[in-house]
Amino acid sequence: MTTDTYRQLLGLAAGVMIVAAVLALWRRSLSAIVRILAAQGLALAAIAVLVGAYHHEVSDIAVGGMFVVLKVVVIPAVLLRVVRDTNNQRQSEPLVNVSTTIVGAAILTVVAFAATRGLVGLHPSPEADALPAGFAVVLIAFFGLVVRRNALVQVVGFLMLENGIAAVAVLAGAGISLTVEMAVALDLLLAVLVLQILSARMQTKFGGLELDHLSELTD
Amino acid sequence: MTVRGGVVVVVQVGIAVGCAPLLIGLLRTVRARLEGRAGPPVVQPWRDLRKLWAKERIVPEHTSWIFAFAPVVLVSSALVVAAIMPLVSTASPFDHVGDLFAIVSLFLVGTVFLALAGLDPGTAFGGMGASREMTVAALAEPTLLLAVFAIAGRAQSSNLGAIVTATLHAPRSVVSAQSLLALVALVIAALAECARLPVDNPSTHLELTMIHEAMVLEYAGPDLGLVELAAGMRLLLFGTLIVNLFMPWGIATRTALPAIAIGAIALVAKLAVLGVALAVFEVFTAKIRLFRVPELLAVSFVVAFLAVTAAAFLG
Repeated sequence: MTTDTYRQLLGLAAGVMIVAAVLALWRRSLSAIVRILAAQGLALAAIAVLVGAYHHEVSDIAVGGMFVVLKVVVIPAVLLRVVRDTNNQRQSEPLVNVSTTIVGAAILTVVAFAATRGLVGLHPSPEADALPAGFAVVLIAFFGLVVRRNALVQVVGFLMLENGIAAVAVLAGAGISLTVEMAVALDLLLAVLVLQILSARMQTKFGGLELDHLSELTD
Repeated sequence: MTVRGGVVVVVQVGIAVGCAPLLIGLLRTVRARLEGRAGPPVVQPWRDLRKLWAKERIVPEHTSWIFAFAPVVLVSSALVVAAIMPLVSTASPFDHVGDLFAIVSLFLVGTVFLALAGLDPGTAFGGMGASREMTVAALAEPTLLLAVFAIAGRAQSSNLGAIVTATLHAPRSVVSAQSLLALVALVIAALAECARLPVDNPSTHLELTMIHEAMVLEYAGPDLGLVELAAGMRLLLFGTLIVNLFMPWGIATRTALPAIAIGAIALVAKLAVLGVALAVFEVFTAKIRLFRVPELLAVSFVVAFLAVTAAAFLG
């Protein structure tokens, strides 16, 4: 793999990650949002595999494989089950109107690219060029957490945040230790399972996943 | 202009005019087959056009020159685009005016005249359609221009011939973040501009949803034929634009006759594939509600914007 191809493919995967984050802000259908999350996980896995293949690091390719299992298959399957069990609400309305949200995401992307200029300039490399995309995903996911008040969309937002952080970790360190990433992945899986139980409880208690139900303390 | 240059222009315009109704026919046939209907033959739109052109010309009372003029402007703007855009060869004699911004503006001229013609008879539907069309155009045009800007950055030129040639020399440049983003944005904007699903449904006359059909409701006979032909050419030209920007393989770079022939065959084949793909997409897509159209176009605008950002920072 030549450096040019490597740079282009990394940029492509990073671009897919940003677009997935933007699309998640756009869609209302919960199952579509979960599928977008899976696509973003696939792009993240592609980044890890590319970095591993270019630097001949087997551990990075293993991390990529783990990303595929966890972020493309297992977690989306768990979340899709939650969506299936939601009997009445398969859509989530955002607090701010969608067009404004999406333009906000565009501004955040530019902010991310501008803010990481110094970081990219420190050590110019193909990885550093794709690094701002990870920051952009983090910012957009955080923005999504603010504008959506649905438990499932919040979970997806957190997972996208984590995807962004993982992308930055893989790109900034030109690779990531398998042990560290396994620990993070297990934490993540546990968090998703706990949130699945929580959302099932919300479902039986309130009949929906809107977080506004959780505003009162009761005995 | 050399004789061979003239041949290129004639072939390009000939394909644009001759294949546009066939493309529409192909879309309808594939769609019908996928829905389990027999569907009309592929040449049906041509037969419809022949029928329409044989009819008497009827113009509504109290319409101004704009109503009569608009179909001609629509068709001629599409013809000009077909002549200056590299359809089968990049070595067109009008290459120096084949600028992406110019082509986007030429399409807009047709859109504006059709909207004015929708308003002209003073009917409720015409006005509604024109207002909707202008909303869509106002949102889709910035997307088109931004996407074009991102693509132009790839070749350091906004001349279509130069971009296509550059892509032919460096085919890998297509597989980059900014190209992919620009492609997505361009496809959504083109669907909106061509009044296809999910923005507008070309096969319905339901007053709540129609955009393009509402504007042309007062047209009949030969004028309607011209409008339909122009709509088909618009779809064909947008399709060609996208295909040639991102998959230009097969296009001629010279004006030699065999190269032109190969370019023409490649173009027709690519358009057929594109038409089938679009028909399959339309079978699985529902029209989105009108007030959600701005959201879709906002997404495409932001994707185009990201393409420019990626070009600026990663390029």
